[in-house]
Amino acid sequence: MTGAFDIILCLMILGAAGIALFVRDALAAIAFFIAFGNLLGLAWLGLDAVNVALAEIALGAGVTGVLLILARARLLALGDDATCADTSAWLRAGALAACAGFVLLLAAAVLSIPPESGLDRAVAPLMPGLGIENRVTGVLLAFRAYDTLLESFVLLGALVAVWSLAPAGVWPGRPADLGVADVPMRRVARSFGRFLLPVALVMAAYLVWAGSDVPGGAFQAGTVLAGGLMVSAIGGAIGLPRSDLPGLRVALVLGPLVFLLIGLAGMGFGGFLVYPEGSAKAAILAIEYSLFLSIGATLALLVAGPNVIGWPDPAGGTDRHSDC
Amino acid sequence: MAVPLGFMLAALLAGRAARWLILPAAPAMAGLALWLALVPADAAYLVGHWDLPLGILLRPDGVARLMVAATALVIGAVGLHALADPPEKAGNAAQAETFWPLIYLLWAGANAGFLTTDLFNLYVTLEMVSLAAVALAAMGSLEAALRYFMIALVGSLAYLLGVALLVGRYNTVDVTLLSQVAQPDLATMLALGLMTAGLLIKAALFPMHGWLPPAHAAAPAPASALLSAIAVKLGFVILLRLWFEAFPAVSGQTALHVLGGPGALAVIYGSVQAMRQQRLKALVAYSTVAQVGYLFLAFPLVAGAPDPSGAWAGMMLHAVAHMLAKAAMFLAAGLMLKAAAGDRIGDLGGLAQSMPMTVTAFGLAAVSLMGLPPSGGFTGKFLLLNAAIAQGAFLYAGVMILGGLLAAVYFFRALSACFAAGPAPRAPATLGVRTAAPLVLAGLAIVMGFGGSALHNLSAIAAPWAAPGAAAP
Repeated sequence: MTGAFDIILCLMILGAAGIALFVRDALAAIAFFIAFGNLLGLAWLGLDAVNVALAEIALGAGVTGVLLILARARLLALGDDATCADTSAWLRAGALAACAGFVLLLAAAVLSIPPESGLDRAVAPLMPGLGIENRVTGVLLAFRAYDTLLESFVLLGALVAVWSLAPAGVWPGRPADLGVADVPMRRVARSFGRFLLPVALVMAAYLVWAGSDVPGGAFQAGTVLAGGLMVSAIGGAIGLPRSDLPGLRVALVLGPLVFLLIGLAGMGFGGFLVYPEGSAKAAILAIEYSLFLSIGATLALLVAGPNVIGWPDPAGGTDRHSDC
Repeated sequence: MAVPLGFMLAALLAGRAARWLILPAAPAMAGLALWLALVPADAAYLVGHWDLPLGILLRPDGVARLMVAATALVIGAVGLHALADPPEKAGNAAQAETFWPLIYLLWAGANAGFLTTDLFNLYVTLEMVSLAAVALAAMGSLEAALRYFMIALVGSLAYLLGVALLVGRYNTVDVTLLSQVAQPDLATMLALGLMTAGLLIKAALFPMHGWLPPAHAAAPAPASALLSAIAVKLGFVILLRLWFEAFPAVSGQTALHVLGGPGALAVIYGSVQAMRQQRLKALVAYSTVAQVGYLFLAFPLVAGAPDPSGAWAGMMLHAVAHMLAKAAMFLAAGLMLKAAAGDRIGDLGGLAQSMPMTVTAFGLAAVSLMGLPPSGGFTGKFLLLNAAIAQGAFLYAGVMILGGLLAAVYFFRALSACFAAGPAPRAPATLGVRTAAPLVLAGLAIVMGFGGSALHNLSAIAAPWAAPGAAAP
C-alpha cells in the first residue's frame, strides 16, 4: 500500500472520528462512527492484520452500529430527543488534557518496546502438527484453546445476563420486535433483509469453511450470520424466537458444549484439551462449525435484548428463526 | 479442574429444572476441591500440552487450593440455600431461571482464575466473574448494577491494556516466566500500574469502592453473599500474582505502601461508614469495604517480613475467613429481613426469640469478622498483627486493632437490636436448609481458627516467597 493512500486513510479516520464526536445529531454521529469503524478496518488490512480487520468491521462497525441505532430508536420512542447534552467547556478541556496525557504516556511506553515479534516464531514450528494453515485459528483453537473455551462461555453468559433483565411476567417470552414502524421504510427493510439473509448465510459459511487456512473463522462468521439475522429481523422477514424454544437452546449451547466435550475427550489422550495425534484438524473443525452457529444465534439475540413480550402472544406464526 | 462447572453451565441452559442441579454439583465440587488440596505440591498442568511461552499453565498453589475450597463451600451452601429459598423477586420467572447458570458461570470463572498463572487467561476469568456478578447485582437494583457494570468495564479495559503492553514487551503473559525476565522499564511500570488500577476497582479497595455498597446491599441475599465473598476476591488474587509472583523485582517496598495505605484507610472508612448505616444490608456491605482493606494492608507486611510465611498465611486465612463469614452473614441477614418488619436495624427487634438459629449464625459470622478468638478471622488478623509488630509497622498494627474495635461496635449494634423487644415477626421461622446454610458457613469460619496450622501449611504450598521462579514444571 502506498504512502499517499496511508496518509489519506489516516486523515479520513481522524476526520470521521472528529465528526462523530462533534456532530450534535445522534443519527449522524452513529453514521460517522460506523464509517470510522470501516476505515479502521481498512487500516488493519493495510497492516496485514486481516483477522483483526474482519473483526473490527463486523463487530466494531457492524454490530455496534446496529446496537447504537436500535438504542436511539428506543430512546426516541421513550420521548428522549437523543441529542447530546451540553457539557461545560472546562470539563471538555480537562477530559481532553487527561486523554492526551495518557495517550502520550502510552505511546512512549509502546515505542520503548523493541519491535520484534517472538510469539510468531513460537507459533510457526507448531503449525504443521495441526494440519491447518491459519495461524490465528491455530492460536485460538489449539495453543490458547482454553481461553477461547472460557470466552465462549462468557458470550453465552452475557446472553443469560441480558435475559435475566426481563421484567416480571414475560418469561418465557420473546424480545421486542426489531422491525421499523414506518411502513414504507419497513417495506424497504423487508426486501433488503430477504435479499441479505441468504447472502449473509453463504458468506458466513464460506468464512467458517475457509477459516482453517485463510483469514476467517468461527467468530467472524458468527458475526456475519448474526448481522444477516438482525437485518432480516429489522425488516420483519423473520420473527424473533421465544427464549425457551428447545431448538434455540440447543443452538445456543451447541458450540460451548461441543468444545467442552472435545476438551474432556482429550483427557483420554493425555489431558484436558489435548487433541489426539493426527485428528487435530477434525477436532478444530468440529469446534469451529458448532461455535459458528452458537455465536451467530447468541449475538443476534444479545442485540435483540431481553424479553419484553409474554408468551400468550397473539402474533405467533413466524417461528422460523429456530436456529437456522 | 474447572471443567465440571462449564459442563453444568451448559447442562443448565438446556434444562428447565436447572435449580435441582445444585444437588449433585455441590458435593462434586467439594470433592474436587478436596482432591485439589491433596495433590502433590509440585502438581501443574499445561493445558493441551502446549509449552509455555504460548500455552497456559494451571497450577494449584496454596492460594489456589484455599480459595477453590472456600469457593466450593460458599457457592455450595449458597446454592442449597437458594434452592430452599428462591432468590428472585416474587413472580419473576426470568430471574428464577437465569440465576442458576449465572452462579455456575461465577463458580467456573472464580476457580479458573484461582488456578491459572496466565495473565490473559486471568482476564477472561475476570470477565466471567464480573459478568455474572453484574447480572446477579441487577436482580436487586438495575441502577446499582449498571453503575457497577460501567466501573467494572473501565477496570477490565485498564487490565487488558496492561496485558497487551506486557505481551509486546516480553512476548509472554505467564506469571512464572515474567518473574524471570521482568525489568523495571517504562512499559512494564505502566502495565503494572494500569493492571493494578483496574484490579483495585474490581476488588473495591477504598477509594474505588463506590460501586460496592449499593450493588451488594440491593441484590438478593444469595447474590450479595456471592458478590461479597467471591467476586471481589478474584481481583485480590490477581494482584497477589502480579505483585508477588510476576514483578517482585519491579515493585519496591515503597510501592507496596501504595496498596497498604489505601488498605488501612479502607479499614477505617469502611468501619465508620458501617457504623453510620441504618439498614442492615448496607452495614454488612460497608463491612466488606473494611475487610477488603485488611487484605491490601497485608501487602507491605508480607513483603517486609524477614520470614513472610506468617503474614502470608495471615492474609490468606483472613481472605478465606471473610469469604465464609461474609457469605453466612448475608444469608442470615436475608432471612432476618424477610422475617422482620422492615429493613432498618431498629426493625430487627424480637428476632432473637423467633429465629434463634439465624441470629446465632449472624453472631458467629460477626465474631469471625471482628477477629475474636477462636475464629478463623482471629487467626488471620493475629498473624498479620504479629508481622506488623515484628516489623515495627505500628501504624498498620494500630489500624488493625482499631478496625477490630469498630467492627465490634457496628456488629453489636445490629445484634443488640435483634435481642431488643419488638413486634412479632412477619414470617414464622422455618428450619431446614435455608437456616442451616448460614449456620454451617459461620461455624466453619469459627472452626477454621482451630485448624490454623494445617491451613498455614496449605497456604505455603508453592508460595512465591518460598522458591522464587521455581514453579515451572
